Amino acid sequence: MEQTANYLGLIPLLPLTGALVIGLLHMLTCTKKPLPEKLYSVLACIGPLLSFFMALVVLFQLKNMAPEDRFLSHIPFTWFAVGELHVDMGFLADPLSSLMLVFVTFIGSLIHIYSIGYMAGEENYGKYFAYLNLFLGAMLILVLGNGPVVMFVGWEGVGLCSYLLISFYTKDTDNVLAGNKAFIVNRIGDLGFVLGMSFLFWAIGSTGFDFLSLRENAHLLTPGIGFAICLLLFVGACGKSAQIPLYVWLPDAMAGPTPVSALIHAATMVTAGVYMVARFSFIYSHFPSAGTIIAWVGILTALLAAIFGMFQKDIKKILAYSTVSQLGYMFAGVGVAAYSAGIFHVFTHAFFKALLFLGAGSVIYALHHQQNIWKMGGLKAKMPITYATMLIGALALSGCPPFSGFFSKDEILFMALANGHPGIWFIGVLVAGMTAYYTFRMMFLVFHGEARDKQAYDQAHEPPAVMTVPLIILAAGAALVGVFNLPGIFGGSMSVSNWLAPSLVEHHPHVSIWLEIMAIAASIAAVVIGITIAYKKFGHGAEEPEFTGFAKLGYHKFYVDEIYNAAIIQPYKAIGSLISRFFEPNVTDLHVKFSTWLYTKSGKAFKVFQVGYVRIYAIYMVIGLSVMSFFLSQSIN
Amino acid sequence: MIQDYLILSVILFCLGILGVISRRNVFTVFMSIELMLNAANLAFITFSRVHESMDGHVMAMMIMAVAAAEAALALAVVILLHKHKGKLDTNVFSLLKG
Repeated sequence: MEQTANYLGLIPLLPLTGALVIGLLHMLTCTKKPLPEKLYSVLACIGPLLSFFMALVVLFQLKNMAPEDRFLSHIPFTWFAVGELHVDMGFLADPLSSLMLVFVTFIGSLIHIYSIGYMAGEENYGKYFAYLNLFLGAMLILVLGNGPVVMFVGWEGVGLCSYLLISFYTKDTDNVLAGNKAFIVNRIGDLGFVLGMSFLFWAIGSTGFDFLSLRENAHLLTPGIGFAICLLLFVGACGKSAQIPLYVWLPDAMAGPTPVSALIHAATMVTAGVYMVARFSFIYSHFPSAGTIIAWVGILTALLAAIFGMFQKDIKKILAYSTVSQLGYMFAGVGVAAYSAGIFHVFTHAFFKALLFLGAGSVIYALHHQQNIWKMGGLKAKMPITYATMLIGALALSGCPPFSGFFSKDEILFMALANGHPGIWFIGVLVAGMTAYYTFRMMFLVFHGEARDKQAYDQAHEPPAVMTVPLIILAAGAALVGVFNLPGIFGGSMSVSNWLAPSLVEHHPHVSIWLEIMAIAASIAAVVIGITIAYKKFGHGAEEPEFTGFAKLGYHKFYVDEIYNAAIIQPYKAIGSLISRFFEPNVTDLHVKFSTWLYTKSGKAFKVFQVGYVRIYAIYMVIGLSVMSFFLSQSIN
Repeated sequence: MIQDYLILSVILFCLGILGVISRRNVFTVFMSIELMLNAANLAFITFSRVHESMDGHVMAMMIMAVAAAEAALALAVVILLHKHKGKLDTNVFSLLKG
């Protein structure tokens, strides 16, 4: 039923080649005079743009096929085959991956272009673009992988690039530590992924370990093992997509350059967990109880991150917590078996969050790396394009109709209600209000009121066109992509959900239209209340308050980092030092020391034979030959 | 008859060994080695006669050629040794002492 399309492998290969070429050029020239930035810029943008066009080709080819046959595959070679485990280096494009493919390459290309302006004049310009291309290649492998193993290759690749780019400004130790933190926390999640994958192979993988075969065999899973697989895979998703308890790395990841935060830590990589859960919807749909756990973890993450977001003062930290919060929504969506709603939120979120990050990047760029919103204010007049585009992004993030975020978020909340999770729906509406509040708190403090730092304000200016044009394109996307999935109540036909249907296993419940209207009204009310409170408090400028009580607790993120440090890291270090001080010298090193001692002693014992006179050696030879001849003659007789 | 040749060969060989072991002059050691080679040659020729084949002769010729080459090399080594230490006593050269 599936067709082959021999160009699928090229889509990830193009950016990877770009990474190789740029990386080599940079390595060869970085100690001498660096190559012109224009060369790197052109080389860096070719791969992503070509991939984007090929993604469109894939999309249209799929569109021209019958809905249930929409599978394109390309298997360049068998990667390895051990016993029953047969793994192809294969790529699969179906409606789900093609949707991801299009927006990943589109936003990826825009952010490459934006980076040309943002990174201009920075040190290691070439290295940055090599990493960025490498990231895009890995992300495309993740999206296109035809089985869990190939997906895992991309999964690890994006993790590596995330680490490399978070600690890109290596001069500051904090950045390197943030990179380490991201990498280590992700390892914990990856362990879950690997375990889940192993269980999956052990249970049903012997007749083919790619998504299509697994999907056919999913009904063979026994309840216990299936439930375990669901949760283990979700642990992997928790690490990559920053959910409780592994979300702590994402806010620190803002140490990287802002376009990196936009591409990796908002639009693409962090949504890989949601994509993975949707990919395995054929398993998750059999285990609704595992889905409920996911949904609750997601919505609680959304709540917690929204609380933190309300009290931050670093513009990127606010956006980071809002990303964690929105990821929580997505998991709530896939958790209540509304996979297409979750994926649609991934899609719209990629536009408006990338837009907000790039807008924040413009502000930071204009203010010479000032990130504290209490040092900004009144920038509306100085940066009209950034203001207008970010306003659209903020409205979309808050879930204001008719911007894209409204439709996707509302779909998730409505599906939670329709599938019988009123608790999740209620928290979701609450978080929607909080989201509106902290988003507009940021907008008002940055763009409205009086300039709190006069000197920085006077130097502020709109960034060059290479940065504003991507903003405008993304703003158009953030405003409009919602129409792709208009629900029936607004006269649409849920096009994205229908498009995704062949890839996913989900059921659409039938509920009364009044429930839907009530849900929409509640969301809109929450958003309006949130924005109103933000306007009352910050609309006319405000002075930085002293944090006390709950606000202080929120600003310090409930001291979760400190708790982790005390409860996990310090005991771990204590065990480590205990081992290094007692176990190692007395147990593991003991036999090593004994054997070296034995060699030294026996060497000293044999030393006496080495007299140094040739004739004595001749005696040894004669003795040896005599003994040999004696035994030889004995054996002959 | 054959025993006589072989006994002579063994005696020559043992003399050579004794020379290598007991004498300290480099030239005497060298001559003793040559003696051992020729003892082996004698044994080869003897067995060649016994088995009525030419293999032993061939071997003997070869050993002579090797001995000649070795003599050329060894004399050069001896000259260098003498240049180095000014003596021909083997006990002077004991760098391998452990």
